[in-house]
Amino acid sequence: MMANDGDRNRHQLSPEETRRRVNAGLRRRYRSEQLFRFYGICSVSLGVVFLLVLFGTIIGNGYSAFQQSFVRLDIHFDAELVDPDGARDPEVLSAADYSLLVKSALREIVPEAGSRAERRELNGLVSAGAVFELRETVMADARILGQTRSMWLPLASEMDLWIKARSAGESGEDVGGRISANQRAWLERLQADDRIELQFNKAFFSNGDSREPELAGVWGATKGSFFMLLVTLLLSFPLGVAAAIYLEEFARRSWWVDVVEVNINNLAAVPSIVFGLLGLAVFINFFGLPRSAPLVGGLVLTLMTLPVVIIASRAAIKAVPPSVREAALGIGASQMQMVFHHVLPLALPGMLTGAIIGMARALGESAPLLMIGMVAFIVDVPSGPMSPSTALPVQIYLWADSPERAFVERTSAAIMVLLAFLLVMNATAVWLRSRFERRW
Amino acid sequence: MLRMEKPQDVVAPPADAVPAATPVEAPRIAPDTVGDVTARDAVICVRGANVHYGDKHALINVSLDVARNEVIALIGPSGCGKSTFLRCLNRMNDTIESARVTGDFRLDGQDMYARDTDVVMLRARVGMVFQKPNPFPKSIYENVAYGARIHGLAANRAELDDIVYGSLERAGLIDEVKDRLDDPGTGLSGGQQQRLCIARTIAVNPEVILMDEPCSALDPIATARIEDLIDELSEKYAIAIVTHSMQQAARVSSRTAYFHLGRIIEVGPTDKIFTNPSHKLTEDYVTGRFG
Repeated sequence: MMANDGDRNRHQLSPEETRRRVNAGLRRRYRSEQLFRFYGICSVSLGVVFLLVLFGTIIGNGYSAFQQSFVRLDIHFDAELVDPDGARDPEVLSAADYSLLVKSALREIVPEAGSRAERRELNGLVSAGAVFELRETVMADARILGQTRSMWLPLASEMDLWIKARSAGESGEDVGGRISANQRAWLERLQADDRIELQFNKAFFSNGDSREPELAGVWGATKGSFFMLLVTLLLSFPLGVAAAIYLEEFARRSWWVDVVEVNINNLAAVPSIVFGLLGLAVFINFFGLPRSAPLVGGLVLTLMTLPVVIIASRAAIKAVPPSVREAALGIGASQMQMVFHHVLPLALPGMLTGAIIGMARALGESAPLLMIGMVAFIVDVPSGPMSPSTALPVQIYLWADSPERAFVERTSAAIMVLLAFLLVMNATAVWLRSRFERRW
Repeated sequence: MLRMEKPQDVVAPPADAVPAATPVEAPRIAPDTVGDVTARDAVICVRGANVHYGDKHALINVSLDVARNEVIALIGPSGCGKSTFLRCLNRMNDTIESARVTGDFRLDGQDMYARDTDVVMLRARVGMVFQKPNPFPKSIYENVAYGARIHGLAANRAELDDIVYGSLERAGLIDEVKDRLDDPGTGLSGGQQQRLCIARTIAVNPEVILMDEPCSALDPIATARIEDLIDELSEKYAIAIVTHSMQQAARVSSRTAYFHLGRIIEVGPTDKIFTNPSHKLTEDYVTGRFG
């Protein structure tokens, strides 16, 4: 006993020694703290730099796609050409060759283009899509026949690129490879005549896909993505929340619940293309649902999103303090009333966060959609979840793969649309969450 | 149900001769307990209660009655099973999956743990106030109205208003909150929150109120108010209160049960437990030698 006490006393530090030892370690502690801060700042700034580079490239490449060059032509709606028998039969009007009108209007401006080759070069200035615009004008009001109208028609994509490069102060040499010397001269003359103008590219926001870059738009893919996410949200959120509530509040601990739990956690880590294969085998081959439909895409993405929603919802339910449950049970609320009156309102913000993460992942997903045929070339804007459609990420993938140079800027522009979609979606969810959140 | 013909006075042996004292008065009911566990006009009768949490035997062979219009204090060191016992009385232990409760629990002669006993009904009759004030994150009005609403006690809005105002009045809170019934209940002070929780409990009009250390998170002034309130409420309800404060037990209760390591060591009138305990362990505890 006494010896032990003596030993202990020998290890007793004097106040001076204590201070000296603390002081010796102090500098090291502060140094490591500063080092840690430095690492933190480094990683944050690295992240910001990469983000800025990403946005810089995308916006730098893509902003020009929001504009399109148009040429002003005096179109003479020749009744003889469009409607030879004068009956104004819609079928005849719709089947007429409107390219003749464009060609004659061009020949009036550039009369010197005489040879067959030169004429072809001249006609190549204007987009093939101009014909559709003329047809729509006539179909809307046939009284225009016989009159001459000054119209802005889109230029072909190569001309468009050259005009944009020139207006940005570049020589246009790098994009002018497919433009002949004649065409350059004519474009310059049209510009001098104030017949060429850069206008807002409405087609990009209202059209579906097209082989002609100047006619291709993201509206079809955007709507496809919208329908798909609608299906995903309507299925995965209620299903996920219900599953989470059952597992957390009602299921008794048993091996069966453990198996379900392990499987949910594993499903969250399964590569998304596997879900695509599953969707192909089950929804299309077994249930016979149509290919390329946003409904099937939504179902596949639901399978993919469900585990994320369940895991987040369970965490949110677990985070509800037990005192609230006890309070409710203590005055005689049933299990069901406790869950729906007290636990669910408090857990809802956390559940919404899980849903946001799941939906954001679903929006950017393309691999499972390839499996169920949403990678097809679809021109029509989908009218509902059953009509064939593609999705924004798949559209980006398709355009990035296209040989036409004008698709480069459209790919970047489509990425911007995708990011904007994501921002709007997340902002809505954050707003919803702050409305549900009650911190009292 | 076992019931003594008449309660006998405990003849207290001298304190130093007690350690293995066997109660002569109730050997069949509570072999481990000194004093009379029964009560006249009992509303709750517990006989031979055992609770296991997994491997842990938290409550060992406990028997105790709670009478109408009495305040019974459950005292004892931490982890002695007094809260466990209290939570058995309205089956709050059902929510703990590892808990296993055996024994005979009767409310007005009806078996609480019988298969056909409705736990929602039981909790409506046996209310509970918790250690930490736990108002719902809703308005003051909604906090009090919630119980009456889920049990369908009010036929219309006027009746509900009556219940809410009446309960707040009996909880001594009405003057402080009558102008801000729509404010959140969690915005009140700790003592007010606890009185709100009491108002919420009595709004359901229970027969028994269980209180699990209701003042442990409160300052002395708030504690004094709650103790006054318990005094007033005891005219109408049976109250079982778990407390760590012996002064509080002495102030509010008429009977006291001393718990030690999962058993009730001694039960008796409060003044006797505190002035002249029969068992050595009780004496050690109330004189502050441990615990």
